[in-house]
Amino acid sequence: MYSEKVMDHFNNPRNMGEIENPSGVGTVGNAKCGDVMRMYLDVDESGVIRDVKFKTFGCGAAVATSSMATELVKGKTVQEALQVTNKAVMEALDGLPPVKVHCSLLAEEAIHAALWDYAKKQGIVIEGLKEPVGDITALENA
Amino acid sequence: MDNAATTRVHEEVLQEMLPYFRETYANPSAIYSFAGEAKKAVGTARERAAALIGAKPNEIYFTAGGSESDNWAIRAVAEGLRDKGRHIITSKIEHHAVLHTCEYLEKQGYEVTYLDVDGEGKISPEALEKAIRPDTILISVMAANNEIGTLEPIAKIGEIAKERGILFHTDAVQSYGHVPLNVEEMHIDLLSASGHKLNGPKGVGILYCRENVRLRPLIHGGAQERGRRAGTLNVPGIVGFGKAAALAEETMQERCAKETALRDYLIDRVLAEIPYTRLNGHRQERLPGNAHFCFRFIEGESLLILLDQRGICGSSGSACTSGALDPSHVLLAIGLPHEIAHGSLRLTLSEETTKEELDETVEALKEIVGRLRDMSPLYEDAMKGGKYVQ
Repeated sequence: MYSEKVMDHFNNPRNMGEIENPSGVGTVGNAKCGDVMRMYLDVDESGVIRDVKFKTFGCGAAVATSSMATELVKGKTVQEALQVTNKAVMEALDGLPPVKVHCSLLAEEAIHAALWDYAKKQGIVIEGLKEPVGDITALENA
Repeated sequence: MDNAATTRVHEEVLQEMLPYFRETYANPSAIYSFAGEAKKAVGTARERAAALIGAKPNEIYFTAGGSESDNWAIRAVAEGLRDKGRHIITSKIEHHAVLHTCEYLEKQGYEVTYLDVDGEGKISPEALEKAIRPDTILISVMAANNEIGTLEPIAKIGEIAKERGILFHTDAVQSYGHVPLNVEEMHIDLLSASGHKLNGPKGVGILYCRENVRLRPLIHGGAQERGRRAGTLNVPGIVGFGKAAALAEETMQERCAKETALRDYLIDRVLAEIPYTRLNGHRQERLPGNAHFCFRFIEGESLLILLDQRGICGSSGSACTSGALDPSHVLLAIGLPHEIAHGSLRLTLSEETTKEELDETVEALKEIVGRLRDMSPLYEDAMKGGKYVQ
């Protein structure tokens, strides 16, 4: 049902864990729906994501998309990280079963939520970043 | 560890089936003498299938499985008695073969009452009595739940149905051959069962229908099964069903005692050794081989994949609904919040399950649940006393 890459990221999740005193942290999803993702960012003075960690409650695809999302944003600037879309996450994982596409949306949203928190703490505005929604069902229905 | 999904065909069952593929392959409906042997074999199977539930052989109809039997029983009664009434009572935790048939009938103008269950998954006979109306024509309540294993009070339900003159169907797919059932003592008018849940073959089931109950056909096109179920008889399957029923009757006491002891060992170890875990279903009054848990803060699919990698097959909710994103209707009916229902695991034992396998399973579970919790933001919050704590 899952691609080899999804299984690899599920079995060996990259960047799983927490960051103490993160520059930004965002939690998205809904335990009721079966997925919650939390993304921690450590951003340096020049706006480069020095470190990123995630924690996820959810299915295999939820874990794999969070893991892949952390890989895609690590070492990037916040502006570049903002460009990481759910499609990019899915492509990097060699695709997802149709019923699991929402996991990639959740991963994108988790990055945005963490960036939003970072911007808020810094008192800055990241161009193009909208306030994240807590519950992605709103996104899916949009 | 997923023997409620299906079982391995018993060696003796297979041996008994084999001659009916190439040697005695005649169509039992034919006139020539060659057909006689096949016909006789079907008769023996019918006797065996009936004996297991205290029925008469002529009350057994062979079908293509439990789902067909459930569909047939409910539709036949509903359509046959439509002039008498159009109200059916069932429960919220039935298998989809029953629930979806009821939903279909609702679209045809029938009314269905779906009884609630308590926290352990039992329906209340009092609530059932209250739900009965003058136009109630059928009560359909499963003998045991396929997910959480709870045994329903079917003897009591049968008594109520009989007193009120209402037909009683029970979906016994999980319990036929696993717990004692007697259609006379329990006043059961119709009963559905499936071959592959008791070490018989797939694709064959039975519908028991009490002699004096008129059974309309669901499948038309031939005079098989006394004109009630068209289609050339699946002789090898039927022979296999009969043998499985005979073996089940023979071994029931010993097998159930063994499975119950192992089940209790598994449940006790899991509950004692893995924190934030609950058992679903009734602690004692459950199928001998069924253990069903919810592990807080983790999600069932991840758990299943990791168990699978350790060579352990479990199920989350019911295999029929895997791929669905909503948690099981049974777990919601027993009052579990969605987030807890998502972390469910059903382990179902067989006669071949050993204590060593269970020890291995518990060790694997401890490690996997621990690993998934380390990854879970819900667990993190719970440990820190955060917002997701229930």
